[in-house]
Amino acid sequence: MASGIKDKVAIIGMGCTRFGERWNDGPEELMVEAFQECLADAGIGKNDIQAAWLGTCFDEVMVGKSALSMSMALRLPNISVTRVENFCASGTESFRGAVYAVASGACDIALAMGVEKLKDIGYGGLPEFSTAIGMTNSLWFPNLTAPGGFAMLASGYAAKYGLDIMDVKKAMAHVSVKSHQNGAKNAKAHLRKPVTEEQVMNSPMIAFPLGLFDCCGVSDGAACAIVTTPEIAKSLGKKDIVSVKALQLALSNGTEIAYKWDGAHFATTTKASRMAYEEAGITDPKEEVSMMEVHDCFSITELVTMEDLHISERGKAPKDILDGFYDLSGKIPCQPDGGLKCFGHPIGASGLRMLYEMYNQLQGKAGERQVKDPRYGLTHNLGGFPMMNVCSIAIVGKYHA
Amino acid sequence: MVGITAYGGYIPRYRLSRMTIIQNMAWYFPVIMAVAGGEKAVANWDEDSLSMAVAAASDCMAGQDRKSLDGVLFASTTMPFADRLNAGIIAAALNAPEEGAMNADFGSCLKAGTTAAVSALQAVESGQKNNVLVAASDLRKSKMATLAEMFTGDGAAAVLFGRDNVIAEFKGSYSTSYDFIDHYKGSGKDYDYLWEERWVRDEGYGKIIPQAIQGYLKKYGASIADFHKVVYPCYFSGTHREIAKRLGIDPSRVQDNLHTVCGDTGTAHPLLMLSAALEGAKPGDKILLAGFGQGCDVLGFEATDKIKGFKPARGVAGSLAARVDLANYQKYTKFKDLIEADLGIRGEANPNTSLTALWRKRKMILGFVGAKCAKCGTPQFPPQPMCVNPDCNEVGCFEEYEFADKSGFIQMFTGDLLSPSVDPPAVYGLVDFEGGGKAFLDFTDCDLSQVKVGMPIAMSFRRRAHDRVRGFTGYFWKAVPKVQG
Repeated sequence: MASGIKDKVAIIGMGCTRFGERWNDGPEELMVEAFQECLADAGIGKNDIQAAWLGTCFDEVMVGKSALSMSMALRLPNISVTRVENFCASGTESFRGAVYAVASGACDIALAMGVEKLKDIGYGGLPEFSTAIGMTNSLWFPNLTAPGGFAMLASGYAAKYGLDIMDVKKAMAHVSVKSHQNGAKNAKAHLRKPVTEEQVMNSPMIAFPLGLFDCCGVSDGAACAIVTTPEIAKSLGKKDIVSVKALQLALSNGTEIAYKWDGAHFATTTKASRMAYEEAGITDPKEEVSMMEVHDCFSITELVTMEDLHISERGKAPKDILDGFYDLSGKIPCQPDGGLKCFGHPIGASGLRMLYEMYNQLQGKAGERQVKDPRYGLTHNLGGFPMMNVCSIAIVGKYHA
Repeated sequence: MVGITAYGGYIPRYRLSRMTIIQNMAWYFPVIMAVAGGEKAVANWDEDSLSMAVAAASDCMAGQDRKSLDGVLFASTTMPFADRLNAGIIAAALNAPEEGAMNADFGSCLKAGTTAAVSALQAVESGQKNNVLVAASDLRKSKMATLAEMFTGDGAAAVLFGRDNVIAEFKGSYSTSYDFIDHYKGSGKDYDYLWEERWVRDEGYGKIIPQAIQGYLKKYGASIADFHKVVYPCYFSGTHREIAKRLGIDPSRVQDNLHTVCGDTGTAHPLLMLSAALEGAKPGDKILLAGFGQGCDVLGFEATDKIKGFKPARGVAGSLAARVDLANYQKYTKFKDLIEADLGIRGEANPNTSLTALWRKRKMILGFVGAKCAKCGTPQFPPQPMCVNPDCNEVGCFEEYEFADKSGFIQMFTGDLLSPSVDPPAVYGLVDFEGGGKAFLDFTDCDLSQVKVGMPIAMSFRRRAHDRVRGFTGYFWKAVPKVQG
């Protein structure tokens, strides 16, 4: 019987670049910048790393295939380096590779890196992906975009709960306002201006009902983590060790898009979160989870995710959001670092960026964003589209706490 | 008995008032003001001659047994492929039989529709074929500020010819053939080149049609007075009346040339007018049909008792009634590809189409054929090796399941302004089909403001993408929300 990942692996170092339109930096510069911070934080030498994982999504327009880009950029000492890609879960996939390698005993110290250089394509939004959906799908799929795919969820959600879509949009607007408030307090965030609900509601339409301010920043950036066993962490003199409590992934199997689905929830998140709580030993997430970084690629995604994480009741997320439950001052602060919305979303880096915030919060290093006495921090990625997606969830906390 | 066993038509929903053309373009060529009345039908940006032919064929074949088709003949001067059987794409869209079928294209002349009809009838008469579908369609493209722009409209018609359940018996045909060039279109050219209209109407339509009709009457010893409806195209409405006068046809027996409501649909027009005539025909009515172009085909029909029991799914009258004003002339010129508007860098992506994948998936893509699990009965799309029902997951235990004729409901949708589209926003969403099954689909023939969750939809075969670099047109099915207006 598998015993899960809880407390088998510790994070001893993390690094994260400033996210944003890094016009003068390529993926190599971004990786090196994050790596240097991470290595200094871990207090180890580059040659202590025995295996590494790299998470990127749009390899076609960025680093190319294979993990050679990272091995060469970081001048790693001819160790195993593996590139992983799983849409927006790519960063957490990379982390999962490193964590599992350490947990298995196959190596002592491993590196997980995520990077995305999006601002090299000449147009706004994510790179066009009609060639990346598979030969057969390219014969029939609507020419959808990321905002379009998630915008559909708002219509499905409003219909399921009999809500006026403009009322749902008001709650969605608060999701963005809250993240802008938090992002303004973060020197590494891409978007640092607070906005009003009125500004969000009136922003130009991108994909009905999502306006520009319902969409996250499209950013360049990198983030990374060095992991090892708690024993080695202690032997390195680490105090306040942050350990991995749960690491779960769930992928759609076609049920939502081709069989049965209410169009108002993420089937994958609903399952992955339950598995993660069980792995972490959390029985009442609403009481035990201290803070979250969730995949707010679009405001509606965050809204619905609050229910899929079993924190807001079904149909009640709009009310909880408007009540401030997820504000920095609320019961469970969500996106204390500004989220994808304001920290930005270099896809492969995002999962590790979320962990970077949780890691800093757990160590009391989050400055004016500091959450009081956090116990568990949850991160969540949702790659793909509401009707077919990849969900990853990580829970981290103080070792043996 | 040999004759017509079913018929149908399709006129796209957009109608451009000729006054709109005049308001925009008469400054450039005032002569177009001479044809100021009425409106013309304009295909949506995702339609072409082939997709409209499928719409007309579906209209005709609703309730008919598609598995009994021996072949599909397609007539058009605006086929999307110069070398790939266009009729074969229509047959695939209808999920018609592949084995034993002979499909063929009839092109390069506006009377190709009536010529295809004669060929189909001869094949049935000879006993070689039992059921042959003729679809005729044209996507008319004319330069701005021309009389051709004023006269032409888009549309399609389809007629099924056979031996069982004949609703209009075939009463013979007569043809003339001359190299009379009222207009031509050189290979690879976008536009027709037209000769002086006075010559075209007086020496062309005005002489060739009456002479051919007289030839038919002589051949069969018939009198024009025997016919309750005489159907012939001629976009010069004055000449259209003049032809009737010359032949001694009572004006009430002349089938309207659809100029005011639709415009001349080219190759489709004789069969489209025939479909309209059949919609109003009673048992015993005799109908004379003529097609014009480098000569003239004349065909005679007589409605049987069975005509009372037949109705196309929507018919020409239904198509005409389902109209929406296209008030924006610039939109028309963009849909017709007469102007260049930027799609942005995002719109540059242009992967080629995998012909091997398309061959494997032809029924799925062209016919919108899914699968039904023989074990648990779940209809599903796309067809996959393993059943989608999580409680079943049976492997390879499927029968074909046609979604094209199923109705459904919108579960969720959006209007996407980021997606490159000729007609933004791109509206798409998830559809629940009646009887089971779900699919993620583009929507068309709707405005975002009209679309609601729960709204019923019908499926329509559309042009999905046109690869200008390689000349390949890809097709798939889209959902048409049943909006009002």
